[in-house]
Amino acid sequence: MRIATAKESYAADEGLFKTDTQRVWFGLLIAGLLVYPLGASNYWMFLAVLVMINIISTTGLNVLTGYTGQVSLGHAAFMAVGAYTVAFFDGRFGTPVLLNLVLAGTVAAGIGYLVGLPSLRIKGLYLAIATLAAAVILGFIFLNWTPVTGGLRGLNVPTARILGIEMATPDRLYWLVMPICVVMVLAAKNLFRTRVGRAFIAIRDRDISAEIIGISLLRYKLMSFAISSFYAGVAGGLWAYLFRVVTPESFPALASIFFLAAVIVGGAGTIIGGIFGAIFMTMVPEYLKLVATALVPWFPDASIYLAPVRNIIFGALIVGFLIFEPMGLAEVWRRVRRFFALWPFRT
Amino acid sequence: MAVSPSHSAAPVRPPAAALDVDGLSLQFGGVKALDGVSLNVAAGSITALIGPNGAGKTSAFNAISGFYKPKTGTVKLDGEDITHVPARERAKLGLARTFQNIALFRGMTVLDNIKLGRHAHLNTNVFDAFLYWGRAKREEMELRAEIERDVIDFLELDHIRNVPVAILPYGLQKKVELARALAMRPRILMLDEPVAGMNREETEDMARAILDVREEWGISVLLVEHDMGMVMDISDHVCVLNFGRRIAAGTPAEVRANPDVIKAYLGSSGDPHKAAVEEVA
Amino acid sequence: MAVEFIDVVETSLAGLGTGALMALTGVAFVIIYKATKVINLAIGEMLMIGAFVFYGFSAGLSLPIWASVPLTLVVAAIIGGVIERTMIRPLMKDNPVSVFMVTIGLTSILIGVVELIWSAEPRRLPEFLPSQPIIIADAFIPSKTFYSFLIAAAVMAVLITVFAFWRGGIALRATATDRAAASSVGIDVPGVFSFSWMLAAVVAALAGILVGSVGGISSAMGLFGLSVFVVVIVGGLDSIAGALVAGLFIGWLEAMVGRFLGGEFKLLATFSILLVVLVVRPYGLFGTHEIERL
Repeated sequence: MRIATAKESYAADEGLFKTDTQRVWFGLLIAGLLVYPLGASNYWMFLAVLVMINIISTTGLNVLTGYTGQVSLGHAAFMAVGAYTVAFFDGRFGTPVLLNLVLAGTVAAGIGYLVGLPSLRIKGLYLAIATLAAAVILGFIFLNWTPVTGGLRGLNVPTARILGIEMATPDRLYWLVMPICVVMVLAAKNLFRTRVGRAFIAIRDRDISAEIIGISLLRYKLMSFAISSFYAGVAGGLWAYLFRVVTPESFPALASIFFLAAVIVGGAGTIIGGIFGAIFMTMVPEYLKLVATALVPWFPDASIYLAPVRNIIFGALIVGFLIFEPMGLAEVWRRVRRFFALWPFRT
Repeated sequence: MAVSPSHSAAPVRPPAAALDVDGLSLQFGGVKALDGVSLNVAAGSITALIGPNGAGKTSAFNAISGFYKPKTGTVKLDGEDITHVPARERAKLGLARTFQNIALFRGMTVLDNIKLGRHAHLNTNVFDAFLYWGRAKREEMELRAEIERDVIDFLELDHIRNVPVAILPYGLQKKVELARALAMRPRILMLDEPVAGMNREETEDMARAILDVREEWGISVLLVEHDMGMVMDISDHVCVLNFGRRIAAGTPAEVRANPDVIKAYLGSSGDPHKAAVEEVA
Repeated sequence: MAVEFIDVVETSLAGLGTGALMALTGVAFVIIYKATKVINLAIGEMLMIGAFVFYGFSAGLSLPIWASVPLTLVVAAIIGGVIERTMIRPLMKDNPVSVFMVTIGLTSILIGVVELIWSAEPRRLPEFLPSQPIIIADAFIPSKTFYSFLIAAAVMAVLITVFAFWRGGIALRATATDRAAASSVGIDVPGVFSFSWMLAAVVAALAGILVGSVGGISSAMGLFGLSVFVVVIVGGLDSIAGALVAGLFIGWLEAMVGRFLGGEFKLLATFSILLVVLVVRPYGLFGTHEIERL
């Protein structure tokens, strides 16, 4: 059992980690991330990289939807923008990987800013529909701006290469994706320790009061759009290096639903929720594959049903969590922690 | 949790501002909500705006704080014309307000709600925020110390600072809204029905807090309130509206004796304010 | 390439045919929005599942049309009622964003169900409309387009009449205006909610049968809902008349753009219109402009 911890200064009370226990857990997590590749097969390395890419993207959407309260139906399109940017610059000019990723984030952020502009006039669900329109229009551009995007056939992406080291396989890409993921998640966490993040939450909770205390709604909504798209862009760029080809089919509309589901299932408006959601949602299809394989002796064509069952489960998770656990896995996690913090005195 | 506040620095006390509203008119469709209302809040005074239901008190508030665009009339803060300044800019000029139906950020803790009050005075940009290093961190630490000293201690909110506002009882939520307004470093504080729906004890607590604010911070207060006892007790100056017009203004004693005021209140029969009228008369 | 006049006329007529179906689906959307204030992103998928249920009865069980259609509508009503009762009602007191996201989840569920039962392959519905092409003046109109236009128009005429005069229609409008007030004068508000979803599911299923009979069915036909979405925004979320006018207009526009610019420009054109409307007149051509008060 842990008793409330006394703090000696405001700095300690405002810290990223409020207790020693949290610090230890974070240390263990980083250590785990460092030793994970030693024991993981190629398949598990691939999954780890994919999960971390999805964590970055989900965290981005969480900033916009979970924290600022603006639903985006086009998040996957911003990932696509990042992926195409990387494919274009690396393929055409062979620019360095880190520069490409920054460009991916920046181009996506710029477009996200534009997509946010209608929030000058509209809000709430109307804005969500505007993001849907933006995604459709972006999809059109990917398909038809052939000189840049390669049209229907898309673009091949060169191997990521840093300081002469080729990162063709997931076990090497891991060392590129993992640090970026950790840094971007911590940066997002920091954001909500300052006035900027507080302004986002204020807009979500009560936009009229936000205005009265001097928050420019337009400015912060646009900022939230830009940050969210930046995260999506970087994630999309890393995605391009993982899959090595980008086509208009790479990020279908359903992918936007995937990320919304990840935010909801994990817990909208908490950083840890975005992480849980991304892990959980990325692993669902993998569990399903396992189940399908196990069922083959009885149902030889079980694998045909994978895709539809996955769709049903994604949808059911969104609906189920919204109805029964609207705060998501993060809330479940909080309850578990609370249980152990008070254990064995209260159960 | 034991946080030891440091009381070293002197509190920042912005000077009180006077508010001069002149000939304010406001229309919704064909309804005249306000008809040439004038109103003065002397610097450092507590002024109350009263009137029967639908008299236009909240409309006047919304026009003064910049949510409604008045058709005619001017609003001046310490002589400076702010009629056309957008609502969010008025925050920076030192105009802070609370709402009749509490408008707190329900998903946040008391502390974060109060911190938000200072938003317009802070400078951290998004890049500083990502790093939370140097400037951003320093600013947050100063903010925390100031808020603890000037607002949380002052309004005795220490025990609830990390509680999400959504689960607080009504009276405390009202107090947190006052705290958030104070964090804005206002020069004039506008309170829309600060004690509506409160019991006797909570009302007295709030009344004392308002008096303390004037005493300690030296700022001006403009309040809309139905609780006549409280209005008459704490106000220096009272202004009465009826059907969008000002029908009386003066000290509580003068207003209480004004026949128009008595008529206005008695005229609106079947009104819950009959009880209040007995206190007026 | 010189654009021939007759080509323009024929394309326009075909576009109006599709437009009538968009309008009909738009009406289904508006019914739900008017009664429950829910923006139903899954309207296209409700249309799809209706079409597939009809396929199941008419092709799968080889039932005659006169039996398949009513059975389909009954099943659609049940599906609509179940959706409302299990997914929408529990969240009606929450904020509209949650309910909106539930309909996003619903989209995914319905697509999955259809693919699970009927696979993702495109299919054709049995022929049931007369196949003799219609010729008006010199313009040639495919018979299916013509008859589906007529049926859609008839259904909408019935709906509008019913809503204007029938007691239930008035209850629905009262609920739309103010739930608490409606409840206090004895209107069964949850009943109105259920009814509106069931009715919308029926109307959407009808539209699905017509859309499917013209262009075939597939698990991707919910995309039709995207255009319908534009229709209701342009027309105004709470306006049946808006859905009619905007439906015909968007249908016509897509046909013209598809014919003279290329099929890939269709969605671009509609969604550009959507963006313009959102920014210039967010409540649509005929929608109610609610004044925001504090």
